Amino acid sequence: MGALVEEFPVILGAFWLTIRLTLASAVAALVLGTVLAAMRVSPFGVLRGVATAYVNTLRNTPLTLVIVFCGLGLGLVLDVSFSESLSTNYLWLSIIGLSAYTAAFVCEAIRSGINTVPVGQAEAARALGLTFTQNLRFIVLPQAFRAIIAPLGSLLIALTKNTTVAAAIGVAEASLTMKSLFERHQDSVVAIFFGFALAFLVLTLPTGLFFGWLSRRLKVVR
Amino acid sequence: MSTVLYDTPGPRGILRNRILTFVFAVALLAGLYFAYVKFDEKGQFDAALWEPFLQGDVWVNLIIPGLVNTLSAAAVAALIAVPFGFVFGIARLSEHKWIRVPAGAVVEFFRAIPLLIMIFFAQYGGSAVLGLTVTSFTAVVFGLVLYNGSVLAEIVRAGIQSLPRGQTEAALAVGLRKGQVMRLILLPQAVTAMMPAIVSQLIVLLKDTALGFIVAFEDLLNAGARILPANFRNLIPAVIVVAIIYIIINVLVGLLANWLERRSRRSRKTTIKPIEAPQSVGVG
Repeated sequence: MGALVEEFPVILGAFWLTIRLTLASAVAALVLGTVLAAMRVSPFGVLRGVATAYVNTLRNTPLTLVIVFCGLGLGLVLDVSFSESLSTNYLWLSIIGLSAYTAAFVCEAIRSGINTVPVGQAEAARALGLTFTQNLRFIVLPQAFRAIIAPLGSLLIALTKNTTVAAAIGVAEASLTMKSLFERHQDSVVAIFFGFALAFLVLTLPTGLFFGWLSRRLKVVR
Repeated sequence: MSTVLYDTPGPRGILRNRILTFVFAVALLAGLYFAYVKFDEKGQFDAALWEPFLQGDVWVNLIIPGLVNTLSAAAVAALIAVPFGFVFGIARLSEHKWIRVPAGAVVEFFRAIPLLIMIFFAQYGGSAVLGLTVTSFTAVVFGLVLYNGSVLAEIVRAGIQSLPRGQTEAALAVGLRKGQVMRLILLPQAVTAMMPAIVSQLIVLLKDTALGFIVAFEDLLNAGARILPANFRNLIPAVIVVAIIYIIINVLVGLLANWLERRSRRSRKTTIKPIEAPQSVGVG
């Protein structure tokens, strides 16, 4: 226990980095995933093909590989640079990897959300004389969004846990910090592990409860 | 093709779609060309970087051993995680609180924390607490079993719960004991329904073995991102080749999952539909 108290500022800093990684990747993944989903349901064969290939590739590739490719491939070999500071640069590269990977799953969640809306809804809307835009705005998308709240919540939780993989390219988020605390305090490995596990529970459990509550509240009754 | 989003296009719509398809295709080619130029500037298309993949001994000595390690870690973890999942999934449905509650706590705990910190804990905890030397293989398998076993436990629970209550009631009414109900009535039907979800989770498990890279486990990713670049300075080509191997394996297992799902949909062992795979990205 002593080690946890003694290193409290370090642990807090590490989790703050985990939270920032999660939020930045979540926003980027949501934007990219929405664009991909729009491509996948568009009437244009080329866009559908590109989006499908992207989703199938990223979903079947290990996240560690994606992050290593971003960190070492883009960062070291291709010299992609976002910042003078090396650690900030790796932080951005890991955000690219995490959001590129998560976007594939966001795309699938949105697409399945659109699929839950029965075709009859849109047909009825057109029969009433609604235009294409009105149809999407008032009929299809509101129902689709409500259907994907719970899946998006699970994705956010998975992303929170996935940020630990950024340790592969040396981003000092929670898991890498835990490892260095293990090395420094070998007598209290168990206490440190349960401390970090508890902190992750504090991050993930409320997210799950909140999204579960939201999806029940906004559920479309059919 | 009429979907919820748009109608079957008329003549004007078809023309407009063709023009826009052409525009998008040009934009896509421009993007690909930009990427090509960027890669070419750094000499990533040099034959020297790709040539090692044409040599048999590079495959035999460097890539295949990594692949074997990845597959054996996945196989060992799957062989332990599946029974783990069945034991804990059934334990969570127990009538006895003293079995149900601890089993539930274990499953929820390991599902909620990242796999990587379990692997680190196995590595450092093993030597610090028990005085054992934990190999990276053991650490990876330890983490994979606890995490994927817990997810499988949820699948098993959902599979058994998806059966109609009448099945249990009828079985009890003809005089079967609780164990017999589970063994003879519930499990045979539930296994059919949850097979596709189990196979999907095993794909996640296979992908997760790549986390071993972080603890220096000599897996396929290690071959692609450490060993090959150290020999030939070809990180990008090596990572791409390794990614293709991962994708091929996962697509093949995915096809197996689809086939199982089709089969269980027309199965006469049970009338229930296959249960949904859990919405999990799966670390790694």
